[in-house]
Amino acid sequence: MSLFRLAWAYARRRPLSTLLVVIMLALGVATVALTMLITRELEARLTRDAAGIDLVVGAKGSPLQIVLAGVYHADVPPGNIPLAAIETLRRNPLIAQVIPLALGDSFRGFRIVGTEPELVTHYGGVLEKGELWSLPLDAVLGSEVARTLQLRIGDRFVGSHGLAEGGGQHADARYSVTGVLAPTGTVLDRLVLTSLASVWTVHGHEHDADAVARREVTLALVKYRTPLAAVSLPRAIDKETELVAASPAFETARLLTVFGAGVDLIRAFAWLLIVASTLMLFVALAQTLDERRYDLAIMRALGASRGQVATVLLTESLVLAAAGTALGLVVAHVAAAATGWWLPQAGPLSAAARHFVPEEWAVVAMALAAGILAALWPAWRAYRLDVAATLAEG
Amino acid sequence: MFELVGIRHRYGAITAVEVPEWRAATGDAWLLAGQSGSGKSTLLHILAGLTKPTVGSVIIGDTDIAALSESARDRWRGRNVGLVPQRLHLVGALDVRDNLRLARSLAGHPVDEAHISALLEAVGVIELARRFPSQLSHGQAQRVAIARAVVNRPVLVLADEPTANLDDFHVARALEMLRVQAIEAGATLVVASHDARVRSLLPNLFTLPASNVAAPAASVGVQ
Repeated sequence: MSLFRLAWAYARRRPLSTLLVVIMLALGVATVALTMLITRELEARLTRDAAGIDLVVGAKGSPLQIVLAGVYHADVPPGNIPLAAIETLRRNPLIAQVIPLALGDSFRGFRIVGTEPELVTHYGGVLEKGELWSLPLDAVLGSEVARTLQLRIGDRFVGSHGLAEGGGQHADARYSVTGVLAPTGTVLDRLVLTSLASVWTVHGHEHDADAVARREVTLALVKYRTPLAAVSLPRAIDKETELVAASPAFETARLLTVFGAGVDLIRAFAWLLIVASTLMLFVALAQTLDERRYDLAIMRALGASRGQVATVLLTESLVLAAAGTALGLVVAHVAAAATGWWLPQAGPLSAAARHFVPEEWAVVAMALAAGILAALWPAWRAYRLDVAATLAEG
Repeated sequence: MFELVGIRHRYGAITAVEVPEWRAATGDAWLLAGQSGSGKSTLLHILAGLTKPTVGSVIIGDTDIAALSESARDRWRGRNVGLVPQRLHLVGALDVRDNLRLARSLAGHPVDEAHISALLEAVGVIELARRFPSQLSHGQAQRVAIARAVVNRPVLVLADEPTANLDDFHVARALEMLRVQAIEAGATLVVASHDARVRSLLPNLFTLPASNVAAPAASVGVQ
């Protein structure tokens, strides 16, 4: 007869209070763990998408907007910049690489990005099928685009104006798919890539010399040649040109701070749930102690030491806490996996479901500590029990 | 088998029980008689090692249990004493069989399923093995408590007022069962009772004086 069986037998005797304690604790643990999983995955993704990009240069607008539009493809860009500005940046000795991006159109919610092959290289993209674009209106699909829209090489499609679905269609300009990229785990998977010339063609800037001279792109991703560039270059761009330079690292950190405040609030409520379930566990144990003391006395009479009867109560509390914690962690990971089905945009967040983040151990430790805490006073009373007097009662 | 010498136990200023001398041999079946409040339960708890007498020695087998530390007494009690309390105190969360298993485990013995089955059979409750205590009659629960008392093959079986809730017919049956099980286990039996019906059913008699304060020496007799 193990202590676990005994604990389980007692827990089964009061199924409602046991269930309530376990479920409340599980909800608290699940919420805390889920915020940890999502925060960590979000940080990892934001960091991965921004890795290697020192600066994003765009038209006058907020730096956060420029980073969101250029790195995460999650916001509209503030406006366009002349192609000549790209050439100027390229001549700057502090700059190693400039990748231009021409945005403005989308296809069924996925952004069409006019760029140069360096963008693919930058994100570590590899062609799974076909080849990169060579002619205007050739398109290469990120892996998620190809998978979601079921497009294959040779398929043709028409982009729509604007970055959301439902914009007017450029019916006279049909893209044709020439290649599909292998998954990279970055924002690249969700992009439709084409040449800069395609974007200019679609928007009808190809017909006269004047238009050619006014060619524009939307943003430029910049890599420094030397870390020293960070000191002077952003300020120089902001001051001396009509452009705005935004640092993805800085803007991402700012974004996570704002996001983190919301997460902290959710997490505080979840900890409150854990505290409440600890109190309930304590009440459940303390309430049964009056009738339980006869059981404890007879166990002492049967040879149990003071420590053993105290351990019975501690074990019971710990078993319930462990059950709640385990259930909570399962719920958190299942919920993280489920976000992939509910919100296709958050799909990659479901990758978090498969990993056990180290912070979760802290939740486990706290929940088990709560289990011990709840049983301390009842266990102490069991320890102090006067066996002879209790047996003589009644 | 056991030997109490110079026992006195006080609660504060009140002497609860006083026993100058009491010797018993292995296999004896004793009635510990006395009025309510004469200290029968206290003396029974002293024999069980649950209460340490204020003065005196309690030698059971080769062990002076009054001289043992509390945890050593707990261990000793689990292996050597079988107690049938007046209120029986089966563990309500466990079924009949698990109550016996618990007694084995707490004494530090491996759970011997065949032995448990044989015991439940012997006291006539084998078909109730999966029932919970709340589903048993008082008589059935008492048989389970007797089985539990002998499951660890103790040297001493102690029963506190086992006939309190029984009619005449069942008094004889309960005493018979206690005696048989004690003999099977090779244990000495002590039954504390103020019930006159028990007198004729046990060969050895030890009577505590009615008054619990500064009483003359307890009388020892054999019927």
